[in-house]
Amino acid sequence: MAVIIEKKTRIIIQGFTGKMGTFHAEEMIKYGSNVVGGVTPGKGGAKHLNLPVFNTVKEAVDSTSATASILFVPPAFAADSAMEAADAGIRTCVAIVDGIPSHDMIKIKRYMRRYSKSEKMSLVGPNCAGIISPGKSMLGIMPGHIYKEGRVGIISRSGTLGYEAAQQLKDLNIGISTSVGIGGDPINGSSFKDIIGKFEEDNETDAILMIGEIGGPQEVAAGEFAKKNMKKPVIAYIAGLTAPKGRVMGHAGAIVSAYGESAIEKVEILKECGVTISKNPSVMGDTVKKVLDKI
Amino acid sequence: MDIHEYQAKKLLADFGVIIPRGGIAYSPENAENKAREIGGSKWVVKAQIHSGARGKAGGIILCNSPLEVAQATDKLLGKKLVTNQTGPQGKIVNRIYVEEATDIKKEFYLGLVFDRSSESIMVVASTEGGMSVEEISKEKPESIIRSKIEVAVGMQKFQAREIAFGLGVAPELINRTADTIIGCYRAFSELDATMVEINPLVVSGQGQILALDCKMSFDNNALFRRNQISELRDKTQENPSEVYASDRGLNYVSLDGNIGNIINGAGLAMASMDMIKLAGGEPANFLDVGGGATPEKIVKAFKLISMDDKVKVILVNIFAGINRCDWVAEGIVQALDKIEINVPLVIRLAGTNVDKGEKILRESKIKYIEANSLEDAANKAVKVLKK
Repeated sequence: MAVIIEKKTRIIIQGFTGKMGTFHAEEMIKYGSNVVGGVTPGKGGAKHLNLPVFNTVKEAVDSTSATASILFVPPAFAADSAMEAADAGIRTCVAIVDGIPSHDMIKIKRYMRRYSKSEKMSLVGPNCAGIISPGKSMLGIMPGHIYKEGRVGIISRSGTLGYEAAQQLKDLNIGISTSVGIGGDPINGSSFKDIIGKFEEDNETDAILMIGEIGGPQEVAAGEFAKKNMKKPVIAYIAGLTAPKGRVMGHAGAIVSAYGESAIEKVEILKECGVTISKNPSVMGDTVKKVLDKI
Repeated sequence: MDIHEYQAKKLLADFGVIIPRGGIAYSPENAENKAREIGGSKWVVKAQIHSGARGKAGGIILCNSPLEVAQATDKLLGKKLVTNQTGPQGKIVNRIYVEEATDIKKEFYLGLVFDRSSESIMVVASTEGGMSVEEISKEKPESIIRSKIEVAVGMQKFQAREIAFGLGVAPELINRTADTIIGCYRAFSELDATMVEINPLVVSGQGQILALDCKMSFDNNALFRRNQISELRDKTQENPSEVYASDRGLNYVSLDGNIGNIINGAGLAMASMDMIKLAGGEPANFLDVGGGATPEKIVKAFKLISMDDKVKVILVNIFAGINRCDWVAEGIVQALDKIEINVPLVIRLAGTNVDKGEKILRESKIKYIEANSLEDAANKAVKVLKK
């Protein structure tokens, strides 16, 4: 069994009948993901891509037993949709959407505190590429064919830099167990630490590649977690060695505002935690290979 | 998004923060009249630019008569003010804020930001007002008081009181100080701010708690529901290329080097900049055309880069996902059909349909240097530059 999603995971699309929802639902189905329906309030009862459309996530879950959802709703309504998914008993919700206000993200996270650990949905994203377990299921918007099946776990804030890593690994004939995009926003659903812990417990993953960037405390928190709790090797690349201080670099979360948030500081702290550093983005694959060769 | 001091003061005043009397002026006569309206015998003329550290740069002038106010305004208006935050090009002064001078007894620092670790709002205060928060944390870290606010219930009076007592405010001013702090919290939370800073917050000779300088920044993602805030945007304070980019949905940051970049995805863009530096070059910009990288966006990106005189070579690095390389290649061909580029061009395509994409480029009239990896692209860009 892969982490987070598996071949049979029943998936619904929130914002199903929109342009984005339709396009990516088709891509996911083509990849082999088990998409069982979708939600568009007001269009319940209709069929879309030969699948049922529901008015509410609750109805969709009741009738399809879906456990995962992916959000393609506009940023202004995304918080509402994520909370609806949590309330309906969805286990994993991936928010692709870029542009959710930070205050809304904090609201979602506070809302989810009402659930016990066993009942709590895990939210991945926003502003991310989603999750893929190659050969099993894709709950995201990535180009599935660049991901080879294998035993390396990837966690990345950036979408395209995650693709770059998957391609480099594929070129070296190294496969991926699961790749998770946690997104580039300052407040996100799942952190590096949340996901890295799942990979440590996963018997299909041998090593983890973490692709971070400037800004925020999450890479360091994951490094400290790895030092204390992990046996599997962790490899990391941190983007933004050349980024100027105090400027937002594309991702809303990519801004250096405190100690430990610049790329150089993160690299130093991660090294102390026993993480192997990929010195630059073109040797992510090579660095993983060297670590795997030693296992 | 950043706003001016006078705008932040007005917003905070609506939430109960007390500010000195003042008014905005666009000409020396205007400023002189404002000074008379405000009354008193001493005024401060403050250049309104989106930057801190204006005092050290000569942007804040104390005046003893309305005539001096007019002269100070004349000196500042239309000038570029260079502070340690603006970069060497400085920022233009188009607006002047005239304010009554305050007799300062004590200065505090008060700031509110998101705390990304606890995912809550953090209030930071210090007795060392007037210094920047970076200086305070370096030189007087023991003076810093921090308080995390649970956003679901908002800031409680006791939390604000604790901060006020922590600052050593006199007992009769505790309530007033607490109300000021709570006002800032409410403004932060109700206006989708990402930063509120009062520095200094002062105790005046008359025993008032006054916000002498205010700064606010807002979440760009939330501007769709904050019309009142969006209207405060002053594009003259932003880099013209960055304004051009943001108006066209591109993520762009202007930098000092000479290698122009067009890249899809913020992470990949940062990574490409790192590779350029490693290869011995300097990026002229950060430019993320978005994960999707549609042909229209590519055209806009080329237009933007072609406006930058610093750029001596252009590096295009696209990792195509759902958007295929052939589609991206057509975008590049279209762009170069419309826009004349007189500098060498290095292109690296990867991902979906890369062979088709490369074929389209090779068969077009475009003169370019083909690169097959991130490293190769950076090396070739630096090499062609050195020729």
